[in-house]
Amino acid sequence: MAAIIQVTNLAKNYGDFTAVNKLSFTVNEGDVYGFLGQNGAGKSTTIRMLLTLIKPTAGSINIFGKELQHHRSEILRQTGAVIERPDLYKYLSAYDNLSIFAKMSGIKVTRKLLMDQLQLVGLDKVYNKKAALFSQGMKQRLGIAVALVHDPRLIILDEPTNGLDPQGIADMRNLIVRLSKEMGKTVVISSHLLSEIEQIATRMIIIHKGEKVVEGSVDELLDPAHTLVDIQTTNDAATRQLLETSRWKIFLQPAKPLQLMMNKDLVPALISELVAGNVQLLSVNSSHSLENYFLSLTTQPGYVEAFAN
Amino acid sequence: MWRLLQIELFKISKRPRTYIAFIAIAAIVSIFQFAFKADGQSYMDLMMQSAKEEFTFDRVQAINGYFMCYIILNTLLIQVPILVALIAADSISGEANMGTLRLLLSKPVSRTQLIIVKFAAATIFTVFLLLWMAVTALLLSIVIFGTGDMLVFRTKGEDSQIMLITQDDVMWRYYAAFAYATVALTVIAALSLLLSIFAENSIGPIIATVCIVIVCTIISNINVPVIDRNIKPFLFTSYLVGWKGFFYIGTRPDGSTIKGSLENWPAIRKSLLILLAHIGVIVGASVLVFRRKDILS
Repeated sequence: MAAIIQVTNLAKNYGDFTAVNKLSFTVNEGDVYGFLGQNGAGKSTTIRMLLTLIKPTAGSINIFGKELQHHRSEILRQTGAVIERPDLYKYLSAYDNLSIFAKMSGIKVTRKLLMDQLQLVGLDKVYNKKAALFSQGMKQRLGIAVALVHDPRLIILDEPTNGLDPQGIADMRNLIVRLSKEMGKTVVISSHLLSEIEQIATRMIIIHKGEKVVEGSVDELLDPAHTLVDIQTTNDAATRQLLETSRWKIFLQPAKPLQLMMNKDLVPALISELVAGNVQLLSVNSSHSLENYFLSLTTQPGYVEAFAN
Repeated sequence: MWRLLQIELFKISKRPRTYIAFIAIAAIVSIFQFAFKADGQSYMDLMMQSAKEEFTFDRVQAINGYFMCYIILNTLLIQVPILVALIAADSISGEANMGTLRLLLSKPVSRTQLIIVKFAAATIFTVFLLLWMAVTALLLSIVIFGTGDMLVFRTKGEDSQIMLITQDDVMWRYYAAFAYATVALTVIAALSLLLSIFAENSIGPIIATVCIVIVCTIISNINVPVIDRNIKPFLFTSYLVGWKGFFYIGTRPDGSTIKGSLENWPAIRKSLLILLAHIGVIVGASVLVFRRKDILS
C-alpha cells in the first residue's frame, strides 16, 4: 500500500523546550491512523506541522510522495482538516462558512455541492442559521463539512470529539468509518480519548513527550500478550510477596499493588496457583484495551522499551 | 487572489463592527452641520478675530458646503485612524481569536497572499470610509449649506491667514485631498495589520495603533530643532495632514490668488512618497513576520 504521509526525524523546539523529537512515522493509503498521546505529548504540534501551521526545527514531511515545504499548495488542495475546535465565522451562516472555505480550497462552488455537504453532516435543515447559534456538536459537524467539501484524499482530524456529547462522539465515529470504508479516504485522527481510537483506527502511533513510543497496527498492539490483570485479595501484601517469589514475578507491574501484564491465556493458571497458595481472592479483572496499554506505555518506561523492541 | 479578496470583503461586509465606523462618521458630521446651521456666525467671528489682515466678505455666504467640509475634515481626519484601526487591527488577530486562522492557513493559500489580501481589504475599507465622509461631509453639506467661494483659515507660525478659493476651483482640490487622505490612512491600516499579526485578540492591536498614532502625533507637533531635523521627517504622522496642502493656493507677489495653483506641490509630492514608502515597508515587514510565524492559536 502506498505511503500517503512519510515523516522522518521531525523535530520542533521552542527555545530549550522540545515539543517533538526525532519523530518518524508512515501513514498508508486507506489507513485510519490513530495519533495517540496524553495532553502535551506533541500530537497537535505534529499535526500542525503536517498542515504547515508550524515550521519544523528539523526533519522532513512528505505527503503524497512530495516534500511538503515545496509543494504546499498542491498537497493542501488534497487535504482536509479539522484542528481542535472548528471555530468558524460566528456571524456567518453555515452555508456562507462552507462556501468561503470551499472557495479557498480552489474548487468550483455550486449551491448543490454545498447543500450536499451540509446534508452529509446533517446540517442541511439549518443551512441559513448563523454559526454563533450552533451547539458544539453542530460546529464540529460543520467543521467536518468544511474539511470534506473539496473531496480531499487525506483528512486530518485533531481531537475531533472534543466537547461532543456521547451521541456526537458516536456520530463522529460513524462518519470516520464511513469516510474510510465507503469513500476510501485516508484519515489521521488524534485523540487522547483512546477508547475512541481503539474502535476506529487501523494503525496507530503513540507518542509521549514528543517522542514515538510505538507504532503499528491496532491488532498487533492489542495483542493478548498485553493483557493487564488487576487482582484484589484479603491480604494484598502477602499475595505480592507470594508472586514475587514465583514465576509470575516477571509480569508484576512495579508501581501498582497487584497488577500484572501478561498473556490473557495465562490468567486461569495464575488464579489456580493463587488459590493453591491459600490466597483469598476478592476479584480478578483482566483487560487489554488500548487505554490500559497506552497508560502502561506512557507511565512505565521499562515496558515501553520491551514493546518497542 | 481576486477570489480571496472577494471573500475578505464579503466577511468585512457581514460584520456588524464594520458599520460602527460609518455610523460614527455620520453622527459627528451631523453634529457639525447642525451646530453650524444653528450658530455658524459665532465661529466665523472667532476666526476673523484671530486673522491679522483685513478681509471683507459676506459671513453668511462664507458658511457654505465647501467651507463646512473643510472644517469637518480638519477635525475628523484626526479621529478616523481609530476607525480604520477597528477593522485593520482585527485582520489577523481577529481570525486567531475566532480560531479560523488555522483553518484559513490549512487551505492552499500562501501566507503572503493572505497578508496582501488582508491589506487590500483594509485599504478598500479605508476608501469606502473616505467616500462616506465625502458623501456626508461634502455632498450633504452642499445640499444643506449650498455652494460658493471657499474660505480657508490657516495658521502659519504665529500668524493667521485667510485665503479665498473661487467656487470653480474647489472640487478638484477635494478629490485630491480625499485621495491623499486615503494614502495617509492606508499607512494606519498597514500599521494595524502588522500589529495584528502579533496578537490573538483585536483589542491589543487597536490600542497599540492608537497609542502609536498619538505618541507620534505629539512628537510631530513638538517644535524643537533637534526633533524637527532628526525625528519628524521619519514619522508618518508628520505627513497625515498633508491633504491641507491642496487648499493652500498659490499667490502672486501682490497677494492675489492664482486659480488652479498649489502653494507647494513639491512638498505634497514628497509627503505622498514618504507615506507610500511607509506602506511598502510596513506591509513588507508584515509579510516577513507572518511567513515565519508559528500558528499556535
